[in-house]
Amino acid sequence: MALSDWLAPDMAWAAFSVIVPLAAALLSLPLARHARYIALPAALLGLIVACASAAQVWLHGAVLLAAGGWAPPLGIVLRLDGLAAAFLVLTAAISTAVAWYALPQFAARGASESRSGFAFWPLLFFLWAGLNALLVSNDLFNLYVALELIGLTAVALVALDGKPAVIAAALRYLLFALFGSLAYLLGVVLLYAQYATLDMTLLRHVAQADFATLLAAALMTAGLLAKTALVPLHAWLPPAHAGAPAPASALLSALVVKGSFYVVIRLWFDVLPNQAGAAFTTLLGTLGALAILYGSALAFRQNRLKPIIAYSTVAQLGYLFLVFPLAGGAGEAQPWGAAAWSGGMFHALSHGLAKAAMFLAAGTLIQAVGHDRIDGLDGIARSMPIAAFAFGLAAISLMGLPPSGGFTAKYLLLTAALAAGQWGWAIIMIVGGLLAAGYLFRVLNRFLLEGDRSATLQAVPAGGQIIALLLALAAILLGLLSATPYALLQIGRPDAAAGGLS
Amino acid sequence: MTALAFDTLLAIAIAATAAGAVVARGLYASIALFIIYGLMLAVAWVRLEAIDVALAEAAIGAGLTGILLVGAAARCRAVERRTGAIGDGSGERRTLLRTIQGAMAGVLAAAVGAAVLLLPDSAPGLTATVAGTIERSGVSNPVTAVLLNFRGYDTLLESMVLVVALVGVWSLGAEQFWGGRPGLKQHARTDGVLAYFGRMLPLVGLLVGIHLLWAGAHAPGGAFQAGTVLAAVWLLVAMAGLRDAPPIASMRLRLLIVVGPAWFLAVGAIGALAGSFLGLPEAFASELILAIEVLLTLSIAVTLVLLVLGVPRRTT
Repeated sequence: MALSDWLAPDMAWAAFSVIVPLAAALLSLPLARHARYIALPAALLGLIVACASAAQVWLHGAVLLAAGGWAPPLGIVLRLDGLAAAFLVLTAAISTAVAWYALPQFAARGASESRSGFAFWPLLFFLWAGLNALLVSNDLFNLYVALELIGLTAVALVALDGKPAVIAAALRYLLFALFGSLAYLLGVVLLYAQYATLDMTLLRHVAQADFATLLAAALMTAGLLAKTALVPLHAWLPPAHAGAPAPASALLSALVVKGSFYVVIRLWFDVLPNQAGAAFTTLLGTLGALAILYGSALAFRQNRLKPIIAYSTVAQLGYLFLVFPLAGGAGEAQPWGAAAWSGGMFHALSHGLAKAAMFLAAGTLIQAVGHDRIDGLDGIARSMPIAAFAFGLAAISLMGLPPSGGFTAKYLLLTAALAAGQWGWAIIMIVGGLLAAGYLFRVLNRFLLEGDRSATLQAVPAGGQIIALLLALAAILLGLLSATPYALLQIGRPDAAAGGLS
Repeated sequence: MTALAFDTLLAIAIAATAAGAVVARGLYASIALFIIYGLMLAVAWVRLEAIDVALAEAAIGAGLTGILLVGAAARCRAVERRTGAIGDGSGERRTLLRTIQGAMAGVLAAAVGAAVLLLPDSAPGLTATVAGTIERSGVSNPVTAVLLNFRGYDTLLESMVLVVALVGVWSLGAEQFWGGRPGLKQHARTDGVLAYFGRMLPLVGLLVGIHLLWAGAHAPGGAFQAGTVLAAVWLLVAMAGLRDAPPIASMRLRLLIVVGPAWFLAVGAIGALAGSFLGLPEAFASELILAIEVLLTLSIAVTLVLLVLGVPRRTT
């Protein structure tokens, strides 16, 4: 078959992006002892499938696939558009990097099967499968199942270290996640009772702005916000993300919280674009602004490396919700269509890469130093330049400095805010960038202090540092080469992205 | 009239047992009320003519969840004895917190209640659509048609969720017992009641389980219900001390856990390669569904047993 046949519109790449990680997860359950032979090939296959999915969308536009051949409302449709494809590639890139990074930690050569060495691999691939299922789903109940798959896996990943404090954090996360699932499911039930369909496209055409529909949407949104850890529902995130092993932290902070955010975006931009109302979009924007300020302030006050990165996630998630008040404002005055929506999605992508890089870099630093207090990291850049450089590059993207993906994201969001005359949101974003610079330079300054530390450090494999650096470089490249991902995001873009919610 | 009186009493009993489970003092009382609540709910599903849901609610909602909760409560009690009470604070703060929680739950319940009352009287649903398509599904029980064919993709993912739950439970175990047998060693008197039931009931349970599995094609039943019954049989045998739980490192055990989901996934993947992801060709849809259900039942039963037995706790 020629390459173009492989990428034809009837190829089921959306389905394979769920099938491949599921198969890897099931395979690694009996064969966990041999994870070092299975994990990387399976991850690379997943990466190839994600790239093929993106290429298919690039060539043919959004692709629909009816599972079992049953058209909605009876069956479930998988939908692969630009947004889904971009997140599929992000998920695959980060999961592959994490699998590679985790090999020495969880698949040691010659060792007999250990508890965490067994659990990590099925959890990694089930999480990947759950995220992919969520990304390509066009069905509200199917999304619930995907959210459950993601939530349970994520909780188990948090608890992987097995220390009591970490298990307490995991339990708290589980309670938040279950509350979120139940609220979401209650909303789905109300919608189905009213409209007799769970298909998002069909729902868009029939949904009315009545009490039952709005209550359903409010319940679903509240549940998803709890899973996304938007302030004031963020309390579970810092102990969970800081307490998990570094590769798990990278997955949780970079991908898992984005999954539920993605469903919020789908719900409001694809299903209910005309039911949001200004009060609601302002509320979400305000919570986002609070998250930026509060998360940054708390990141400042931490004295350990992983909690700083975790609170930074609380802050960075805030930007994503500025999309709601900013989308569509003065669209004709902007040089790009849908600048706010594209900026928000860019932010999710670049934060994913940068945050994964930062957690992996932190993981190798902590492994070398033996603890994660930042006062013990003085002068580490001299002994571990690659990890320190990866941390620094990721920090550039998180601060929103050019030429990074974070810069492109903030530039698009700022353009949208200024074009619409919404100065308040613009000021919040600028202040947020300065605060991020503050709490990250506090760490970077220590890295760059004088002194040679090499005598007191444990030897760590260089591989982990290089993987962190590759992810950080990808976050930078997302800014340098932003034209292609930007164009990909526009394929199958919802009308409300340009026209705004109303 | 009798029906109305019965339904009213049932509704009151459901609300009362639910409220009792929330406010009861002591974990065991809460759990007992929760199990009764589950059984009442199952009766309510029967009244609503949703026999499949009633079976699932009784088997999984009341039965299996009940056992899991009792096991968890027993471990909580052990921790309590060692470290003092487990509680959520005391005194005024707790009362205030509970009042606020109660008020918020009340508002939410009122809003959902109002929304339900505002729904159209005759729920539109998809019953007619399912009835019109069922002859192409390979089975005649509409619930099985939806679960294994029309929305088989959901069921495929749900079968994976069960495996994730087991991996999650196992990963909470102690490193030193990794690979060993889950649960404590059971000692039952060989002439005792438990051992007697352990020898007598499994045959009945096996028959009921297989019947539920087979009946699923045309009558209420199916993999989840049958799997729960088979799990109960195994647990009874284990509790009677007749057969010890296998070590979790056992390759045979691990293959049993994954065989159902893996076969389902393989059917989906072959379909995707042939042009229809999870598509079951009409000509042999019923055979494919039966094969999926048999293997799923096995995997579900094993997984449920292992979920109840918990983390590995001994190496011999």
